[in-house]
Amino acid sequence: MAHLLENWQIGGFGLYVHWPFCQSKCPYCDFNSHVVASIDHDAWLNAYVAEIDRYAAETPDRILSSIYFGGGTPSLMAPATVGAIIKRAARHWTFANDIEITLEANPGSIEARNFAGYKAAGVNRISIGIQALNDTDLKRLGRLHSVDEAQRALSLAKALFDRVSFDLIYARQDQTLDAWRTELETALDYGPDHLSLYQLTIEPGTAFGARFDAGKLRGLPEEDLATDMYFMTQSTCETAGLPAYEVSNHAKPGQESQHNLIYWRSGDWVGIGPGAHGRLTLNDGRYATETALAPTIWLPAAASGRGESQRAALPRDEQVTELLLMGLRTVEGIDLRRLESQHGTTINFNKINELSSIDLVEVADHMLKATDKGRPVLNGILRELVPD
Amino acid sequence: MTDLKHIRNFSIVAHIDHGKSTLADRLIQETNTVSLRDMKEQMLDSMDIERERGITIKANTVRIEYKADDGETYILNLIDTPGHVDFAYEVSRSMRAVEGSLLVVDSTQGVEAQTLANVYQAIDADHEIVPILNKIDLPASDCDRVAEQIEDVIGIDASGAIQVSAKTGQGIHETLEAIVQHLPAPKGNADAPLKAMLVDSWYDSYLGVIVLIRVIDGKLKKGERIRMISTNAVYPVDRIGVFTPQMVPIDELGPGEIGFLTASIKQVRDTRVGDTITHEKKGTTDALPGFKPAQPVVFCGLFPVDAAEFEDLRDSIEKLALNDASFSYEMETSAALGFGFRCGFLGLLHLEVIRDRIEREYNIDLITTAPSVIYHIFMRDGTQFELHNPADMPDLSTVDHLEEPRIKATILVPDEYLGDVLKLCQDRRGIQLDLTYAGSRAMVVYDLPLNEVVFDFYDRLKSVTKGYASFDYQMLGYREDNLVKMSILVNDEPVDALSTMVHRDRAEMRGRAMVEKLKDLIPRHMFKIPIQAAIGGKVIARETLSALRKDVTAKCYGGDATRKKKLLEKQKAGKKKMRQFGKVDIPQEAFISALKMDD
Ligand SMILES: Nc1nc2c(ncn2[C@@H]2O[C@H](COP(=O)(O)OP(=O)(O)OP(=O)(O)O)[C@@H](O)[C@H]2O)c(=O)[nH]1
Ligand SMILES: C[S@@+](CC[C@H](N)C(=O)[O-])C[C@H]1O[C@@H](n2cnc3c(N)ncnc32)[C@H](O)[C@@H]1O
Ligand code: SF4
Ligand SMILES: [Mg+2]
Repeated sequence: MAHLLENWQIGGFGLYVHWPFCQSKCPYCDFNSHVVASIDHDAWLNAYVAEIDRYAAETPDRILSSIYFGGGTPSLMAPATVGAIIKRAARHWTFANDIEITLEANPGSIEARNFAGYKAAGVNRISIGIQALNDTDLKRLGRLHSVDEAQRALSLAKALFDRVSFDLIYARQDQTLDAWRTELETALDYGPDHLSLYQLTIEPGTAFGARFDAGKLRGLPEEDLATDMYFMTQSTCETAGLPAYEVSNHAKPGQESQHNLIYWRSGDWVGIGPGAHGRLTLNDGRYATETALAPTIWLPAAASGRGESQRAALPRDEQVTELLLMGLRTVEGIDLRRLESQHGTTINFNKINELSSIDLVEVADHMLKATDKGRPVLNGILRELVPD
Repeated sequence: MTDLKHIRNFSIVAHIDHGKSTLADRLIQETNTVSLRDMKEQMLDSMDIERERGITIKANTVRIEYKADDGETYILNLIDTPGHVDFAYEVSRSMRAVEGSLLVVDSTQGVEAQTLANVYQAIDADHEIVPILNKIDLPASDCDRVAEQIEDVIGIDASGAIQVSAKTGQGIHETLEAIVQHLPAPKGNADAPLKAMLVDSWYDSYLGVIVLIRVIDGKLKKGERIRMISTNAVYPVDRIGVFTPQMVPIDELGPGEIGFLTASIKQVRDTRVGDTITHEKKGTTDALPGFKPAQPVVFCGLFPVDAAEFEDLRDSIEKLALNDASFSYEMETSAALGFGFRCGFLGLLHLEVIRDRIEREYNIDLITTAPSVIYHIFMRDGTQFELHNPADMPDLSTVDHLEEPRIKATILVPDEYLGDVLKLCQDRRGIQLDLTYAGSRAMVVYDLPLNEVVFDFYDRLKSVTKGYASFDYQMLGYREDNLVKMSILVNDEPVDALSTMVHRDRAEMRGRAMVEKLKDLIPRHMFKIPIQAAIGGKVIARETLSALRKDVTAKCYGGDATRKKKLLEKQKAGKKKMRQFGKVDIPQEAFISALKMDD
């Protein structure tokens, strides 16, 4: 089984902590987030700790390369909770020298108050959900903050943390190509070392989804315009020194999110909190773990050592599928030798040749990658390459 | 054996949906043939497809006993017939087995095209006709107007028409009395040699082939040996019986009676409808005139979406053919689609019914290629042949000329839609033969090429007249015209399953329509795809399907992998429903949809 360990090690080992609460629900968001009147912070800490203990028992002697507090709105967590979780993790696992500890923050003033506390707790990277750089659009996106607040949160974060990233959503209602270019240039002027730039996705089950189905979500860019925005985003960021390293993520070289790379490189991670998924390579194979979605169900279950709602063995073919669908999102691509030898599958080289003849994928130094032209049509590439 | 005077045999005929099957329900119910508990709506429509679509496809026979007002008990044999034009053949042969017809006319609608067609057949068969004005429970019912129409348009006496609601049961007693009083009793001689008409036959998985017969002369008993006059084949009779509508065994069938026999006959194909059945020894030599066999007029290819299912398809087609002698098939190979079958049908509804049954009862996804008719090809070298598949069209330089089948179409339509109907017929290369009025309805008769009709004429007619027109047709014969084969090239490769025969003058228009349709039907690929229509080597229409520019999930983190994996599986399953032509995936519905004209 040594080769399996080797396999996940290429991706690394991380801890994902899901905090499922927000101040209000944004109309586009399909994340597992809830608005509640009050939160028993001690009870939550207790449950997270129990989960860490449980997973650590299964994964002794590992080196932890990252921790990620995601949400929801983790910047609503008490800094003491964040600190205690990090401590607990350190008690079980050896921290890598360059361990990355990220916390996702909303830029409202309430959240920003906690920034210093997070730093003290051990967080060394902040990712701020700014979403838009004009107030009208922020309102349409249902955000509680203003551009002004976002700028202040960002300056504060930059003063406190070495690494700061923020998120923007483009292809919004009535957005033009020029307006997005100007907005993106402004964003780059703020000097982030990392940017997540997402095309607005209309998700089923959200307020936007319902409005869209009813034909009432007007002014969304047509596919051609959205595509132009995507390509413009790539070139603008590249010029500014933050080239894409994944479909929607851009970074100064060396500032890539180590945690997210674990997902895209099919590494191992422990997922705790409501609705968190995990992947673990144990002695008898690789597993996908899931937890209960509802906070009210997860909390008592986790506290009593039953936080996991599902654990499924991942057969080889599904591992291959995941390797392809996650790995081809990155600019570095996936190592064909890893696919071939570690997973014992044969790659369909005819398909690869076909796709590379139309310039959608390329193979160099054993790495199979989607080209700049291929990445935006990755779903099409995957339909060809993923074995039946 | 029943005394002839106490037998009445009749068919129930009408335009589609005028209420034949519902009337049959009421007649069965009124005579207590089936207990109330077992009654269900349109109980004779027993096939799934019939129940689902609410139409009759197969004629059904029921024997009922009726104690009339004169105190006598009569045996009534009724045959419920289909209304749709594709199954007109079922109606015509049913009529040969009986002496009278109940002509049902929906009193909210009036006389329609199949009302006319059926009456003509009934008159042809020397039937006594009892007109029934149905659906009088509906507020729109107008019996006076419809009775007048029956007299004006059809020219039969409607003074004795019975007003009925097959829904509420009103007028059913009067109907039964009229059957007894106005329809003639059958004639026949019980002592003459056996002469029975083979009316229909079908396959039953328990009993094998079941043969529906009408005895003309003589008597037939279980255990006797019978001879089929046309084939000279001899069979021992295992069983005889009648339908109530369940199969009930009886001892013998005498003159005037309708019933079934089974005789270890292996295939429906071993029986010939219209044939004369007699005893092996001392039989009659005087054969009945027989029926003209039903001829398939529409042909198309059926291919499994998954090539590995070819053998399953063969199996299902053979089984269905066991039961439906009017459906023909032979193996076909296509460069792009692989192995399949070229099948012949009585019309488009028949095609749909068979295709539906294969897909549902046998669980095989099918690609149906463009329906075509039979062309007569006359070659330069003096030879001639029948072309069933446009893909087999020889090089034009070797062809002298070709002939196509024409039909005589009768359309009844309210005045206000007449203009649209004339335009539709004109657009389809029709020649007007007649135009008359009956009240506010026009009756137009057109000479039309069958190939312009088989496909979507009926749908178009319904849509331009909001469903108010009715349509019936008969074959006229073959006529020469300037027809050419139009090929479709997708990504520069010809797709033979999309080849069609078109009139030269309409080729450009049809070609343009088809490539535009295909552009919408074929999903975008990762490369651009030219779609062309061509005659010989000459491209007459062209569209380009642009390449897919963006199809990627914006956010995909740890928790999304599982969901994304499921989505991908679904997409791959969707892709499997398509067939690859070169590098292009064409969805199965494209083959039919591409041909629909929105003119
Ligand atoms: N209101 C009303 N509806 C009726 C009456 N008779 C039949 N229907 C309805 O008319 C529709 C067609 O009836 P069917 O009995 O299936 O007609 P059909 O003539 O057998 O039709 P095909 O076999 O398809 O030609 C059904 O929805 C019946 O319920 C009637 O007297 N009154
Ligand atoms: C887990 S979410 C939220 C983090 C934080 N609660 C916030 O809202 O800033 C991470 C990011 O996903 C992006 N996102 C969420 N829903 C999206 C959608 N429907 N379309 C595009 N991007 C979306 C937003 O940019 C968001 O910042
Ligand atoms: S986008 Fe962020 S703040 Fe808004 S509902 Fe989703 S998780 Fe909460
Ligand atoms: Mg019926």
